[in-house]
Amino acid sequence: MPAALLRTPLSDRHVAAGAKVGPFAGWEMPLYYSTVREEHRAVREGAGVFDVSHMGQIEVTGPGARAYLQSALTNDLAKVGPGQGQYTLLLQEDGGIIDDLIVYGLVDRFLLVVNASNVAACHDWLAERAPSGVEVDDRSLEVGMLALQGPAWREALEPHTASPAPFALDYFEIGEDAVAGVPCLLARTGYTGEPGVEMLVPWEGTPRVWDALMAGPHPPAPVGLAARDTLRLEMGYPLYGQDLSRERTPIEAGLGWACDLAGGGFTGAEVLRRQAEAGTAERLAIFRLTEPGIPRAGNEVLVEGRDAGRVTSGSLSPTLGVGIGMAYVDAETARPGHEIAIDVRGRLKAARTERRPLVPRSPKDDSKGGS
Amino acid sequence: MADETYPDDLRYHSEHDWVRSLGGGEALFGITWYAQDALGEIVYYEPPAVGASLTKDASYGELESVKAVSDVIAPAGGEVLEVNARVSDTPELVNEDPYGDGWLVRVRLSDPGEVDALMDADAYRSYLAGL
Repeated sequence: MPAALLRTPLSDRHVAAGAKVGPFAGWEMPLYYSTVREEHRAVREGAGVFDVSHMGQIEVTGPGARAYLQSALTNDLAKVGPGQGQYTLLLQEDGGIIDDLIVYGLVDRFLLVVNASNVAACHDWLAERAPSGVEVDDRSLEVGMLALQGPAWREALEPHTASPAPFALDYFEIGEDAVAGVPCLLARTGYTGEPGVEMLVPWEGTPRVWDALMAGPHPPAPVGLAARDTLRLEMGYPLYGQDLSRERTPIEAGLGWACDLAGGGFTGAEVLRRQAEAGTAERLAIFRLTEPGIPRAGNEVLVEGRDAGRVTSGSLSPTLGVGIGMAYVDAETARPGHEIAIDVRGRLKAARTERRPLVPRSPKDDSKGGS
Repeated sequence: MADETYPDDLRYHSEHDWVRSLGGGEALFGITWYAQDALGEIVYYEPPAVGASLTKDASYGELESVKAVSDVIAPAGGEVLEVNARVSDTPELVNEDPYGDGWLVRVRLSDPGEVDALMDADAYRSYLAGL
């Protein structure tokens, strides 16, 4: 008998709201509340809130924490001071990706927000290798998480914060405040391509924050994982388990920008340097169909009739109204502007490789009046 | 989304497809309220070619929802005279109006007797109650 699914602090609310729920990484998660189309549009044009309490939080503390994480994570942690976050990766010695994550610097600790499917892998990898004096603690079941995303995120959040401090944060900064009286960490990060915040909330306080947002004068639309997937895919953000795995390196996945190749002594760095110099046989491409159809993970990619790779993510873009996806293909074909074909259950669909993002949106908020 | 209904003037196939006889040996095919509800939000229709020959009980097209693809089964044999282009452009019509604007193909039946042998609405409702 399969193990029971984990439930978030908001699972009862999702069911009561009529959400279609389904299993994801061992959790019962809302897939959609109304329709993917409506929820996707709410995030692109207004504001939406996602329950992402399934995501993992790992704390790393101790006097050697910075040096240790610098040796374990690909990006340059020297750039991460208190109050800052950074997209980075955890690799095996051979460069294979254990997880992609965001590391936040806090006053007394580092906080790693990792994929739900990889909490144990990340925790165990880091804990087993930690030098004495460095503590690695899994806080995933103590921390709820809400992602408030979309151009109207400020209006949705403003009535509920204790101070205006969260609205002064820049992209990828993190700070403390209270929302609906619940102490939270708020970070200007997300996975949609829209400006917004991710809120890290004590587990038992999460329903109070959710309820306050929903009862506010500008309530965000509740948004499920299905629209989260279409939003991230339009931006070309890879998803672990589909586009990223231990069989792939950040260079193949186009994530070399998140790796400190020049100076880094992180695990896997030598492999990545060789790949960055010599190139890799395959690269992760993003593409759009040029005729009707929806590509799906596992579909074969063909170039002039020959097998050129496999689709790792595919969907219908609600914004563009066309099929879009990502695929590992030979490095030349992965460059933007190549004509390819996708075998969608026996029907060949014409497609073209493109640049990221497919939809011209930016999560760097400009509504503060800055640049 | 439409309310659950099974109109009395249609015939039903056990794979949750309906037939509306138009007279003159022609008919419309579509999927039932039950089928669109099970699929969820439909985002893509892969239609057959006009002129294609349909075989009773065999797939003639695909409807794709957010996370699943479903074959559409021909409730009777025939030749495709027309594909509903509005559904190709706006697949959610199948959710909103499965028996009206959400029809899928217009066909010339090869044997109208095949339609008479299908379930009527009462039989289909009983069939659903037993699922």
